[in-house]
Amino acid sequence: MAMNSTPSASGPAISLKSISRHYGAITAVDNVSLEIAAGGFVALVGLSGSGKSTLLKMINRLVDPSAGEVLIADENVEAFDPHVLRRRIGYVFQNIGLFPHMTIARNIAIGLELAGQKNGDRDGRQERVAELLELVELPQEMANRMPHQLSGGQQQRVGVARALATRPGLMLMDEPFGALDPVTRDSLAGQYKALHEKLGLTTIIVTHDMAEALYLADRILVMEDGQIKADATPAELLSGGVGDEAEALVAIPRAQAAHLIALGQTDGRKST
Amino acid sequence: MTEAWKQAFTRVPELLAAHVQLSFSALLLAMALCLPLAIWAARTPKVAAVILGFASLIQTIPALALLALFYPVLLGLSALLGGGISALGFLPALLALTLYALLPILRNAVTGLTGVAPAAKQAADGLGMTAAQKLRLVEAPLAAPTIMAGIRTAAVWTIGAATLSTTVGQASLGDLIFAGLQTQNWTLVLTGCFASAGLAIIVDLLLGLIERAIRERRKIIAWGATAVIGIGLAIALLPALGGRGDVVVIGAKGFSEQFILARLIGSRLEKAGYQVRYHDGLGSAVVFQAVAADDIDIYVDYSGTIWTNQMKRTDPVPADDMVREIAKWSASKYGVTMLGALGFENTYAFAVRPEDAASKQLKTLDDLARVSSDFAFGTDLEFLERPEWAMVKAAYPIEFKEARSFNPTFMYPALSSGEVDVISAFSSDGRIAANGFVVLEDGKGAVPSYEAMLLVAPRRSGDDKFVNAIKPLVGAITVENMREANYKVDRETDKQSPRQAARWLDEQLKDGKDQ
Repeated sequence: MAMNSTPSASGPAISLKSISRHYGAITAVDNVSLEIAAGGFVALVGLSGSGKSTLLKMINRLVDPSAGEVLIADENVEAFDPHVLRRRIGYVFQNIGLFPHMTIARNIAIGLELAGQKNGDRDGRQERVAELLELVELPQEMANRMPHQLSGGQQQRVGVARALATRPGLMLMDEPFGALDPVTRDSLAGQYKALHEKLGLTTIIVTHDMAEALYLADRILVMEDGQIKADATPAELLSGGVGDEAEALVAIPRAQAAHLIALGQTDGRKST
Repeated sequence: MTEAWKQAFTRVPELLAAHVQLSFSALLLAMALCLPLAIWAARTPKVAAVILGFASLIQTIPALALLALFYPVLLGLSALLGGGISALGFLPALLALTLYALLPILRNAVTGLTGVAPAAKQAADGLGMTAAQKLRLVEAPLAAPTIMAGIRTAAVWTIGAATLSTTVGQASLGDLIFAGLQTQNWTLVLTGCFASAGLAIIVDLLLGLIERAIRERRKIIAWGATAVIGIGLAIALLPALGGRGDVVVIGAKGFSEQFILARLIGSRLEKAGYQVRYHDGLGSAVVFQAVAADDIDIYVDYSGTIWTNQMKRTDPVPADDMVREIAKWSASKYGVTMLGALGFENTYAFAVRPEDAASKQLKTLDDLARVSSDFAFGTDLEFLERPEWAMVKAAYPIEFKEARSFNPTFMYPALSSGEVDVISAFSSDGRIAANGFVVLEDGKGAVPSYEAMLLVAPRRSGDDKFVNAIKPLVGAITVENMREANYKVDRETDKQSPRQAARWLDEQLKDGKDQ
């Protein structure tokens, strides 16, 4: 599999072929087909319950599809044991899930530990931890701290570092910055976007925040009722004409922006 | 006083070691059972409901009853498998305590495992951990403090409940408590209580320290406390590794006469070069099975008890014939040798206060029947269930106002204080004469004869040295001497230990021989 790529290489292409997922009578994902190019940064946007998170989890088999298949770099994910597959895919989610009983260094290196790097490779592991801390812009002395000693933003930086430790080509991110304060969220999102470019990753991010999607992704998929209702670049979305669902979601940041601009103008007039 | 304490304390190390061995084994077995079950239960809620329900059900059974239940279960199992399973001593105690320790360990382990933060579990899955890696690296360490708390609770319960294992013939600190209760030796009772409570407190503190150290991730403290426990265990287990050699186990039921006779037999065997241990406090129903199964080597029983309890006979037979028939029956059916009668009888004797005997003109059981509707009856713990009581009721129209069961120790004070008006005393008990109680005659011979006799286990029957060491006791103990020896132990002041009374009794036998 081409997913174990070097930092400069491009992440894999993803192909979803008519995948569905049912929970009893409820259909979470309804016959979705999708091609994602290698190195793409795709945002899945939609309201709660639109099926975007389920769609994401079918890629690393945290959820198995009821029908259809998922290909990563032309290989069917069913061909791998779930744990083998997941070790080659970075996964970051809203609740972070750092292991509270392990140091930051061990949290970051856990993927390497699982991959069977024994104690003999400890120096190599330490080096990699230092490299990753630098990559996510955390000070080196964090390595020996415990997760509860870090702020939420710092913890999610560790979450990203942990996901990148095994040099995956593909990153799946499920509301990764959803629980952070707006300032931290904005700086972390910006830094991740830079990492995505630098490492040549393929990234799929799930978010309910259209502004975030518009800022980060080069392609935005709008989901509703388990189906993709719109598939467009940020520029296309903003210029309109890609469907009502997309329009409704874009309307919110647009209205907010207009409101802010209007406020600024009022203030400007006052101060002159 | 100091002498009594010293005597009590000399028994503590050996019993403490046995107590630790038993509780620790039970705890270890319970942990080995519970942890896999808890992992299964934590993943399958239906399994959790069934397993926790079962463990809770066991917890509702009193510990003493649970211990008693294992005796017939193991006997049945042994019979089914063609023998070889000991229904007394370590095994039933171990199994009962293990069952008792299940609930706290299981409940805490399931709570701990299901309580692991979902985010940590999701991260473990997302990172590509296998189920085993997830358990080892994430779930187990995060559940460890809760699991440890359960083990700690179980340890304290087990150490407490282990004192009850005396009743199934397993040595423990309970031996001191039960023996002390029987002989009203409160020094012995207190020593047993303090030792077991002290053990429980120390273990609780150490396990608590480990629990806290795990919670706060302080490895040095956790390992330090574990090391202290390990050293304690090693000291307790050391004697078990030394090999027992040819140790004779002498059984005794739960009253003073039995303790004294066991010590008398023991001193004879020690002189013959045997190492001796005592299993005191065995129930009448259990003790015969124990000698038949070679769990104990020798004990003293009473002809009427074997006749009614074991042989299920109710026909009146002259005393000598009864002893002869018992000897034939026990040898042919169980390989148990009836070595001979000791020379005195300890039968059930209905005793009343002298004032009542005089004012109400009570001499016989017929007289008792006449006044029985006004009388409260005090008995030992088993008499009301025994066939002798049925035989007496069949022969005499006795209908008491009320009947109350006592530990034999408390039965005599209950009569003198007027709490009850008549008791089912033992004819060889020194407290009858000492209190001036009047024994009513059994004119119709309803109560069978109760000759004290020596019963020897099958594996010792062919041991001539053994048999020759004991043989001189046959026919050598008069009822007067036995009463006096019993009274030395049972009286309120200037009490002697069963061993001292046995020594005195032994001297009387020698005097008899010298004359």
